[in-house]
Amino acid sequence: MKKKFLALALCGAMVLSMTACGEEAQKTVDEAVNTAESVAADVQESVAAVETAAESVVADVTGDGEIKIGMVTDVGGVNDGSFNQTSWEGLQRAAADLGVTVNYLESKTDADYTPNIEQFVDQEYDLIICVGYQLADATRQAATEYPEVNFAIIDDSTNADLPNVTCLMFKQAQASYLVGYVAGLTTESNTVGFVLGMATETMHQFGYGYVAGVLDANADAKVLQQNANSFADTAIGKSAATSMVTNGADVIFHAAGGTGLGVIDGCAENNIWAIGVDTDQSVLNPEHILTSAMKRVDNACYDVAKQVVEGNLQRGVVTYDLSTAGVDLAPTTTNLSAETLAAVEDVKAKIIAGEIVVPETKADFEAKYGDVYELDD
Amino acid sequence: MDILKNLGLLINAMMTYTPPLLLAALGSCFSERSGVVNIGIEGMMTIGAFVGASTALTFGNPWIAFLCGGLAGALFGLLHAIACVSFQADQTISGTAVNFLAPGLAVFICKRLYDNSTDTPALNASMKLPKFFDGVFPVGSFWNNVLCNYSVAYLSIILVAVIWFVFYKTRFGMRLRAVGESPEACETLGVNVYRVRYLCVILSGLLAGFGGAYVTLATVSQFRPIVIVGQGFMAIAAVIFGKFKPQGAMWACLLFGLCNGIKVLATTSNTVSPNLISMIPYIVTILALVLFVGTARVPAANGKPYSKAR
Repeated sequence: MKKKFLALALCGAMVLSMTACGEEAQKTVDEAVNTAESVAADVQESVAAVETAAESVVADVTGDGEIKIGMVTDVGGVNDGSFNQTSWEGLQRAAADLGVTVNYLESKTDADYTPNIEQFVDQEYDLIICVGYQLADATRQAATEYPEVNFAIIDDSTNADLPNVTCLMFKQAQASYLVGYVAGLTTESNTVGFVLGMATETMHQFGYGYVAGVLDANADAKVLQQNANSFADTAIGKSAATSMVTNGADVIFHAAGGTGLGVIDGCAENNIWAIGVDTDQSVLNPEHILTSAMKRVDNACYDVAKQVVEGNLQRGVVTYDLSTAGVDLAPTTTNLSAETLAAVEDVKAKIIAGEIVVPETKADFEAKYGDVYELDD
Repeated sequence: MDILKNLGLLINAMMTYTPPLLLAALGSCFSERSGVVNIGIEGMMTIGAFVGASTALTFGNPWIAFLCGGLAGALFGLLHAIACVSFQADQTISGTAVNFLAPGLAVFICKRLYDNSTDTPALNASMKLPKFFDGVFPVGSFWNNVLCNYSVAYLSIILVAVIWFVFYKTRFGMRLRAVGESPEACETLGVNVYRVRYLCVILSGLLAGFGGAYVTLATVSQFRPIVIVGQGFMAIAAVIFGKFKPQGAMWACLLFGLCNGIKVLATTSNTVSPNLISMIPYIVTILALVLFVGTARVPAANGKPYSKAR
């Protein structure tokens, strides 16, 4: 028995030390994120100033007059059904419309980013698109080393200070606001749900936008919230959906990657609406997916390709929002009523005109709606 | 009323999480008790998950698909058995090879079949395994959450009893346990060690394949490489936790499932750090091991290749 208690005490000590480590690591990460954000904000300002000076750079065109655009995927690979895939679709469209040569290199591990970028540099590509913030460091390194080569990176603004990098950013809060508005109009029980993949600043933007949209459409609505704390736990996603249904939700939005598959399935089994994210997820379950909050990464890639062809490649942070169709509702609208669609069009116009400002930060959100988003710190 | 509702949700989350884990764990029991370490369970689940989804899309029948998923797992069980039993390869290395080979093959075939995509198209409702008590109780009610589960979830619990019977009440069960303890003694008594081990490792692949197929045919309705992430290793942990007994593995799997349920109930706000909540299953496991279970006795010949020649 003595032994057991000793072992138990040791276990306790271990658990506590693990917690301590966890917290410390979280702190460091938080600090890093904060620094990165303030840097990004500074950079954005200076970039805006430069942009207003109507800066445009003429792309280097290779000797044979052919324009080559390369894309380096993150570890998801080119057929990930998300970012990498939509980026590639955008480039393929560019190849068809504009006659540019496009190519991609897949990264199997983080260690592949730099070699893949260098391969394109060696082959004198006119633009190299790096897909995802995971390539931020590799992009910085390559862009510094080869200042004459043009780079573009998706979902990262930390490289905006480099003169040869275009940072393609998306206002996911606006897309989330739109689906939130749809959810608020659609719910009959005045209860909707939100499943989050991970509690980070970027992910919270989905939550702020969504809750704001729901409340603007339906002030009486209650938003049930759940942090799955994983992008790949389908069982948790499904149980989260069941739990929300039990508590009365009839529309659930997920911003949780693979966990969202479980959410969608849970919604389908309980015969309620699910809302997809990033791409048009209607194909996953046409009868139960109401709509999706889309980031048009394909449009962004197409645009930069076009700019290279026209010789007016933009620099710094380029933000894709509703006004540029960079974020939007999914094109599949078969499950939306005409009134809902009309109302959404109305709201879209208001956002574009600046009459509605979609909150992206805790401060902005709470100033208008109060502390109803529960998943942030 | 609230307590009842939350209890229902807890049971529901447990029954969502447990069945694939339990099926794989039962498979692992067969292999480990016969003396062959099988850490390839994860890979066998992945190939089972892919083949399950893919055959459901081809034939439209969930039961055929479920069976095919199991057979695909069994095929990799056979590979593992050939390497470990016939050629006396290192069992850990062979299992690791399966864990690389099976998911790789799944993704490769998937890309060939489905337009170069690593995901299969989504299954429609008729291609999914049927549920018991579907539509009997109102959606969101206590009894619906508790009783309306996939038929295979019930089947997996029944299977525990069946496998317990096989292990402890049949001649084959006695032989397989004996082979895991002392293959030499068995051989001298006329038991064909190779045959018993082959059968057990293939059965472990079959059950792991069923577990994988359950994920794509019940938990979600599509194969993606991320649908199996670590369940196979959790199943092995459950077997060790359950002292290499089928009924023990079941309790362990149910405990993991229950922790998952607690996770779902506890992460509806940020009052407690989600990272702390994610630790619950592991803390509970450590506590349960230390306080109630004690050390598991590993089958004496587990992990040791047996050669007839010696």
